[in-house]
Amino acid sequence: MAKRIDVKDLNVYYGAFKAVEDVTMTVEPRSVTAFIGPSGCGKSTFLRTLNRMHEVVPGGRVEGHVMLDDQDLYSPKVDPVAVRRTVGMVFQRPNPFPTMSIFDNVAAGLRLNGLRDKKRLAERVETSLRGAHLWNEVKDRLDKPGAGLSGGQQQRLCIARAIAVRPSVLLMDEPCSALDPISTQAIEDLIGTLKSDYTIVIVTHNMQQAARVSDRTAFFNLAATGRPGRLVEMDDTQKIFSNPTQRATEDYISGRFG
Amino acid sequence: MTIVDTGMDTAVQETRDGSARRRLTSGLGPKAAGRRVRDELARVVMWLAFLVALVPLVWILGSVLVKGGHMLFESTWFTHSQRNITSSDVGGGAIHAIQGTLIQGAATALMAVPIGVFTAIYLVEYGRGALARAVSFMVDILTGVPSIVAALFIYAVWVTTFGFQRVGFAVALSLVLLMVPVVVRSTEEMLKLVPNELREASYALGVPKWKTIARIVIPTAFSGIVTGVLLGLARIMGETAPLLILGPYTKNIATNLFSGNMATLPTMINQDRVEALQPALDRVWGAALTLILLILLLNVVGRIIARFGAVRT
Repeated sequence: MAKRIDVKDLNVYYGAFKAVEDVTMTVEPRSVTAFIGPSGCGKSTFLRTLNRMHEVVPGGRVEGHVMLDDQDLYSPKVDPVAVRRTVGMVFQRPNPFPTMSIFDNVAAGLRLNGLRDKKRLAERVETSLRGAHLWNEVKDRLDKPGAGLSGGQQQRLCIARAIAVRPSVLLMDEPCSALDPISTQAIEDLIGTLKSDYTIVIVTHNMQQAARVSDRTAFFNLAATGRPGRLVEMDDTQKIFSNPTQRATEDYISGRFG
Repeated sequence: MTIVDTGMDTAVQETRDGSARRRLTSGLGPKAAGRRVRDELARVVMWLAFLVALVPLVWILGSVLVKGGHMLFESTWFTHSQRNITSSDVGGGAIHAIQGTLIQGAATALMAVPIGVFTAIYLVEYGRGALARAVSFMVDILTGVPSIVAALFIYAVWVTTFGFQRVGFAVALSLVLLMVPVVVRSTEEMLKLVPNELREASYALGVPKWKTIARIVIPTAFSGIVTGVLLGLARIMGETAPLLILGPYTKNIATNLFSGNMATLPTMINQDRVEALQPALDRVWGAALTLILLILLLNVVGRIIARFGAVRT
């Protein structure tokens, strides 16, 4: 189920502006990979190329290859919609669909992709909510609006919604930056259990969080404002935080800049 | 600190410095006298403006109610037409005109709502570059077209060019021209209010763009779109110029949009006003009140629909 991602020579553009330059990396399946780096270094932009969400932005385009196991996501034969079914995403701010109940939010991806069978829907919703550690809190009010939950619950609802379509990879774009410490803790625990089934990539500004949840860490940086961001180094999380190869990484994690 | 030192800036600066100094000397004192006076002044001006705006509204409603109210309680008002009733006769009803207004309004909405909503979807969700700018500009121009110009345009096409009769459908066509820009603009605003995050959340689930629009964006904006459509409908149901040019009055009940004359409330008002006899004048006020109530009813129904489909929080 979980898949490996191989990125080769990837350049990311907004129109004529090159936002991220020349990234080559491997993301291992059934592990958590964290992207860290200062604001504007392109880590979120790069993350969004992994499920072809970058091209949703007007002028957004990409050069290079992203291989999911043996398949090039940017091959002309590949449908971006199918890519996003395989590579799910959780966003910075919880964004449940406001017109839908808790149940409908989780079922949304399944229903909109054509699953009608009520019994199977109910099963998948329960499995996903249990998977997102939210079932016990909402099982008695599944028909209530999703927007009525607390921020942390909403974010777990969004995670349940994302895993309900059974992706191989789960991308998380600063999933805890809008949450309080207790909800953050809940999400981090959740990431720990999800990684036995999924390939997880998480962008975070919080270096302690990267150190806590990830197996591998990639540090992104940009040479100067207006220049494209690039991957400085990527290694085992323990190595990055104890003994990084690059000077810039050490400066960043020790808080000397950024 | 300021780049351009205009007189106004200086004044503000001085006031701020002044009040800061006052606060230093007097601590938590009462509201400064100057500020209290300005506060009172602003309050009085705003209340006056509100009352002035209210005067014509109350006046119109009042006279229509007083002069036309009793007509609505006539036993035949909502059941009979004006067939075989001359302007000096009392009696008959307005059902022919009510029906005509509703039929023409419905026909107009049936054409204008899809055109307007789909245009708005194009502009917000798909439109990029020259074509979108051109469409948006055209909608702006259409918004400013006076109703008589829309009516004469349809007259030129329908009657002069094609040689068709002046019928209800021609009226509806000219009303479409007036309703489309209202629907486009209001729907556009509502679609723009839907946060982009919801679209992205849907894309990230592997939902195609068209389905995202149909199942996520439109339902989220639904109540706003309904309100916009009803505002547009309310506007065109009270429209008169196209009716005078394209929709001749009849005293009989008529339901065919494609042949014969069809009465409407505005043309009934116009017809009976010309007669200038008391029974006819009573009917003028009665028809006016009926039109107002009809539009009010439309708004109430719209609000109920809007609430039914509202965003759940």
